[in-house]
Amino acid sequence: MLAAIITLGLLAAVFGLVLGYAAIRFKVEGDPLADKINAILPQTQCGQCGYPGCRPYAEAIAKGEADINQCAPGGEAGIVKLADLLGRDPKPLSEAHGQVKPKMLAVIDEATCIGCTLCIQACPVDAILGAAKQLHTVIASECTGCELCVAPCPVDCITMEPVKKNIREWTWSFPEPPQEEPVLPKGAHG
Amino acid sequence: MVVSRTAAGRTGFAQGRTRVIRRLWKFNGGVHLPGHKDESTRLPVTRAHLPKRLILPLHQHIGEAAEAVVKVGDHVLKGQMIAHAKGFVSAPLHAPSSGTVVEIGDLPVPHPSGLNAPCIVMETDGEDRWTELRPHCDYDQLDPSHLRNIIREAGIVGLGGAGFPSFIKLNPGPGKTVDTLILNGVECEPYITCDDMLMRERGQEIICGLRIMRHALHARACVIAMEDNKPEAYAALLAATRGTDIEVIQVPTIYPAGGEKQLIKVLTGMEVPSNGLPIHIGIVCHNVGTAVAVYRAIEHGEPLISRYMTITGGNIVQPRNLEVLIGTPVKDLLDECGWHPDTLERLVMGGPMMGFSLPGDDVPVIKTTNCILAMTRDDAPAHRPVMPCIRCGACADACPVNLLPQQLYWHAHAKDLDKIQEYDLFDCIECGCCSYVCPSNIPLVHYYRYAKTEIWAAEREKQKAEQARIRHEFRLQRIDREKAERAAKHAQKKEELTSITTKNNEE
Repeated sequence: MLAAIITLGLLAAVFGLVLGYAAIRFKVEGDPLADKINAILPQTQCGQCGYPGCRPYAEAIAKGEADINQCAPGGEAGIVKLADLLGRDPKPLSEAHGQVKPKMLAVIDEATCIGCTLCIQACPVDAILGAAKQLHTVIASECTGCELCVAPCPVDCITMEPVKKNIREWTWSFPEPPQEEPVLPKGAHG
Repeated sequence: MVVSRTAAGRTGFAQGRTRVIRRLWKFNGGVHLPGHKDESTRLPVTRAHLPKRLILPLHQHIGEAAEAVVKVGDHVLKGQMIAHAKGFVSAPLHAPSSGTVVEIGDLPVPHPSGLNAPCIVMETDGEDRWTELRPHCDYDQLDPSHLRNIIREAGIVGLGGAGFPSFIKLNPGPGKTVDTLILNGVECEPYITCDDMLMRERGQEIICGLRIMRHALHARACVIAMEDNKPEAYAALLAATRGTDIEVIQVPTIYPAGGEKQLIKVLTGMEVPSNGLPIHIGIVCHNVGTAVAVYRAIEHGEPLISRYMTITGGNIVQPRNLEVLIGTPVKDLLDECGWHPDTLERLVMGGPMMGFSLPGDDVPVIKTTNCILAMTRDDAPAHRPVMPCIRCGACADACPVNLLPQQLYWHAHAKDLDKIQEYDLFDCIECGCCSYVCPSNIPLVHYYRYAKTEIWAAEREKQKAEQARIRHEFRLQRIDREKAERAAKHAQKKEELTSITTKNNEE
């Protein structure tokens, strides 16, 4: 009896030491789950989810504080991927966090812009170029369409325009699905 | 090793070399299609009328679009470069005739999307005056890399249909040797006969182009292949290759024997590995039209500004082949051959299997256009209702790449883009055999094209997201750094102030 208790106690102590050592030696910096979630998010940095960027939202999901259906730019495909990763059921986009929209691009009306730099400060990806009292312009290839620059503009000279389709990025449409019932000529039914 | 014109012939026979192609092989599947080739081979090929307007899309090839080097109002001469290649995989563009640049902007181009793309539009002056050309008589004295440069500057791309810049395919790369250079004159798609006519009429030029290509590649053996439904072309090339070691081979007529990988299998029995290139098994394949373009670029100094092309279909009064300037509007060609606008059902660029419908007749001919097919109701296949897949497996029997079209279909239908790649979607050559044999009329190739373009789009999105993430993180870092710097400055100033006040107090 005593021998068993001592043996188990010793084993517990040894394993405890091994595990304790491993926890220090093989410590993973950062949160790998949050990284994985962040890789799925579209990096628009728009804040529509209620967090100040994609990374904070990813961390909130990882901690279980936020739901997976709060990212409007990611759309349905993004929610499905998150659900796959986390082993949950996909659900429709929460209405409180915006709607799925086609990809947009910010355009500055150069005739109206007064060069106040407020939009430059708002842009999360530094996609607006300009300086105080100088005309501002959007670097189209870097703009994520987050709309964060629209509200701060004192002269309302920024509009969001849908991204123009070009041949290189054009995709084939999904073919019409087959009809479930074979189509018979009229009068073929006995 | 330098293979000169005479040396090539001599080595081939002095050593009594046996034939390279001793037997022919078969690829899986394929379909026998009604040829419809006789209609357009009755008349000899002539030059098409000089059009008033030439529309030249800047993107006529695989790779980066060319960049315009002319402005509106510039007068250009025939053969003058009007757009230069941008990046490595790209091709320049030359004025097909002399005239004035009248517009540079987005116009309808031949593309399945029907979208507009950047084009240079020029009005011809009718003089057709050439710019100064620089021919090279002794190609065998030129270094292969010099040859490739000339071919690149001449804007030559694969004329068989894909439009890959030819100079890249004329470079075997370091440490690779080319065993066999194949010239592809198979032309397996119904209706199209431009390569057939080219081989009948320009045999000598094809052989000269082939020799130049052989010199550039140091290829050991050369083979010209065509389907056995082109006896005139076969006879013409046999005559043109007499006394050389170039082999002319007829392969059985079955679609798609003209596919690069299918032709290599038929001729050599070897298979190009998945995701690999023919050069990986020591083979390079070029179209016969490309060989003529190479010949003209080297020996005449002419850039690629025209090509042989078929105008055919039930709607055309006089189906035929024409030598057409790149940029000629399709309507001009239809008018020249005669057509019935009221009974036109479908206007297709390319053949009935791999071609695509044109949105209108105002689009121009580009470097890769081999055929304009104007269909009436009779020769356009009736739109039959699509029915559910019955898992008969006919598509897998017909697939020349040994894929499982049915599995690909299910995954494309379920929009499962990861799974579909496990079934080697990107090995699909979109030949259309599976759709052709499908008893349920399922547009299978459409599904594969949808899946391919969606996968590419997803990849682009991913790259963009990654870029946005990096920029955002950099911005956060910068804001932190600026904050810290401001705080440090603040602290320093405070310290200075306190030291001054204490000094004052002490005094």
